[in-house]
Amino acid sequence: MSLMRTLNYRVLAAAPMLLFLSVARADWQMNLPPGVTEISRRIYDLHMLVLWVCVVIGVIVFGAMAYALVAFRRKEGVKPATWDHSTTAEIVWTVIPVLILVAIAVPSARALVFIEDTRGADFSIKITGYQWKWNYEYLDEGVSFFSSLAEPSNEARQKNSGIDPGSVENYLLEVDQPLVLPAGVKIRYLLTSNDVNHAWWVQAFGVKRDAIPGYINEGWFQVDEPGTYRGQCAELCGKDHGFMPIVVEVLPKEDFEAWLAEQRAATAVAAVSHPTTAPAD
Amino acid sequence: MSATAQDIHDHHDHGPASGLMRWVTTTNHKDIGTLYLVFALVMLFVGGGMALVIRAELFQPGIQFVNPDFFNQMTTVHALIMVFGMIMPAFAGFANWMIPMMIGAPDMALPRLNNWSFWLLPFAGVMLLATFLMPGGAPAAGWTLYPPLSLQGGNSFPFTIFSIHLLGISSIMASINIIVTILNMRAPGMTLLKMPLFVWAWLITAYLLIGAMPVLAGGVTMLLTDQFFGTSFFNAAGGGDPVLFQHIFWFFGHPEVYIIILPAFGIVSQIIPTFSRKPLFGHESMVFATAAIGFLSYIVWAHHMFTVGMPLAGQLFFMMSTMLIAVPTGVKIFNWISTMWRGSLTFETPMLFAVGFLFMFTIGGFSGLMMAVAPVDFQYHDTYFIVAHFHYVLVPGALFAALGGAYYWLPKWTGHMYDETLGKVHFWLSTIFVNLLFFPQHFLGLAGMPRRIPDYAVQFADWNMWSSIGAFGFGFSQLLFVYVVIKCVRGGEKASSKVWDRPFGLEWTVPSPAPYHTFEKAPEIK
Repeated sequence: MSLMRTLNYRVLAAAPMLLFLSVARADWQMNLPPGVTEISRRIYDLHMLVLWVCVVIGVIVFGAMAYALVAFRRKEGVKPATWDHSTTAEIVWTVIPVLILVAIAVPSARALVFIEDTRGADFSIKITGYQWKWNYEYLDEGVSFFSSLAEPSNEARQKNSGIDPGSVENYLLEVDQPLVLPAGVKIRYLLTSNDVNHAWWVQAFGVKRDAIPGYINEGWFQVDEPGTYRGQCAELCGKDHGFMPIVVEVLPKEDFEAWLAEQRAATAVAAVSHPTTAPAD
Repeated sequence: MSATAQDIHDHHDHGPASGLMRWVTTTNHKDIGTLYLVFALVMLFVGGGMALVIRAELFQPGIQFVNPDFFNQMTTVHALIMVFGMIMPAFAGFANWMIPMMIGAPDMALPRLNNWSFWLLPFAGVMLLATFLMPGGAPAAGWTLYPPLSLQGGNSFPFTIFSIHLLGISSIMASINIIVTILNMRAPGMTLLKMPLFVWAWLITAYLLIGAMPVLAGGVTMLLTDQFFGTSFFNAAGGGDPVLFQHIFWFFGHPEVYIIILPAFGIVSQIIPTFSRKPLFGHESMVFATAAIGFLSYIVWAHHMFTVGMPLAGQLFFMMSTMLIAVPTGVKIFNWISTMWRGSLTFETPMLFAVGFLFMFTIGGFSGLMMAVAPVDFQYHDTYFIVAHFHYVLVPGALFAALGGAYYWLPKWTGHMYDETLGKVHFWLSTIFVNLLFFPQHFLGLAGMPRRIPDYAVQFADWNMWSSIGAFGFGFSQLLFVYVVIKCVRGGEKASSKVWDRPFGLEWTVPSPAPYHTFEKAPEIK
């Protein structure tokens, strides 16, 4: 109980902050956010590297194009040149791109090796995609629950519901029960599906991986900053593909342990009284 | 000698049949080319209409017009129609019209096959569109048809697959015809390396088609047997593998990307030298670059699948092979710029579209390079960033090349000049709106909006609104093109056989409009 009060307090304290962030983020966002994990930051750095490489090449190529379009317009008395190749130039603009690509490939390969290294995880969860909700299972803890689109969003998203999506907090990005995880811990996730392909994507973590029936994919992430992070299913999975969001609540480690203990107890009670797990707010 | 002249004379008397039967029974490459082009133009508006339904629904957050399942049907059939019903037939139309005239051949090598490969298309198209009337509606699993989702399809499922089979058979036959024509019917002296780039591009495209289409046909047939005959190719519960389908699909799908863009490269390579009044720069390196792209297109497919959970080595291989494509593609861009360098440029409508292609295809190339980097693709994959990327290469890329080609050869086809002012207006409207339509989608994807969703979180509202405005502007601008074409067919300033100030190639040596039969006697190539 006292934990819930602490939680509510934390949420209340964070709310104006989040609101400010969401307003700052809300409109006209143009770039990839750096995210909150080492993975997402490495991806962001690579993204910016390749983006700048493209910008520099773009300035040169588009500059040359623009110059040609202006400088070589037809003019009285100016005859067009008749040459049609230059081996030197062709070698130069084959070799230079290769060098640039190598310069991109090396840090990319390093990042990939880092991302795929799931060794040394402290904690494992299993995520299962369903049409159209997620199931989260805390392995070896006996805790598992479904996470579906929150009711206010669900009502507003019905055709001609008459509810302004802008009036619903976190429209389409809110669930009835979020995934709760500890901060500062290397978390390994196992990912599969019960029906069709889904993809579990939380942009702030730099994690997107397909949930495929018959496969168990794995990956990892570590979030150091407690907070609420949102994502969506990223692989077309049928009519309600757009309506199975992901919400991850990252708690300080002690708070998480307390939450998990509470869940275990609730699950035990629920197992006796009724089969579903619906812990109190 | 006189007997030969007599034969040719007799042949000339045998002009086109009159009325509808001319078009049903024709084996003339020009008639069939026209059929392909008209079919593609009609499909542009069918597929475009679906795109406008999508953009109307996405104009604002919330669901206003269509339910989510119908939305998915729109995205699926829009893609299938645009890929198989619009852009591929459009380029097949150009191939039919222009390849014989460019290599100095009297017709395609296999005229009856040619007729058949066109006439399969309307039936395949109608079958696909008819699925909208079936219980459960049209296919809604995306044009990629990934199982298990596609196996949840209703009555439309077998019809979609049969339609894809027909479209594939049509493409394969057209490709065989094109290869046989190019390899056997070139005028004496037209060595392979002397062939115009458009012909080269189509030769390589035709080989890609023959390699790729049967793979797709096999993949969708396996879907069919999984659904109706109890096999488990892709059913994990039966020991199958859902990811296998993705490998099969993209083993077809990536060459398909180049099947769409290589003919566009070819058209642009014809247009730019004409309006630069200077020969194409690096003709041979253009040929080799095209061939290199064709080869690489077969070894990069899994870059569409970086998130399926491939082994690290697989990801590294597909990342690096994909990045390599930037090299030959870059060579092409540099060669086009060098063609313009120290030329004498004018900007008639075809040149405007070619230059527009050059700028905007390059933007699509940049986003393509970004996506090749596997770790970053984890963030881009299945978002609007991808949607922006492939629409940049397909719309201001392939479609602009096709529009430019249409303006370029319209006077040769019809014997009349098109309305230059309206053509330029069409170009500028298309360019402004296409960028308004697709550029903001980069931002949406980077900000985190997944693709293929009918409704979105409110922070994506602003760019979506702009994108939708661009979509409607772009869509309605294309009506102007239809008007220009009809006006040009009906009349206008008489076109000379050269049409342009300084064009290169055999097609400009025959009168405008091109007679029903050309090059019955092979021209001499110096």
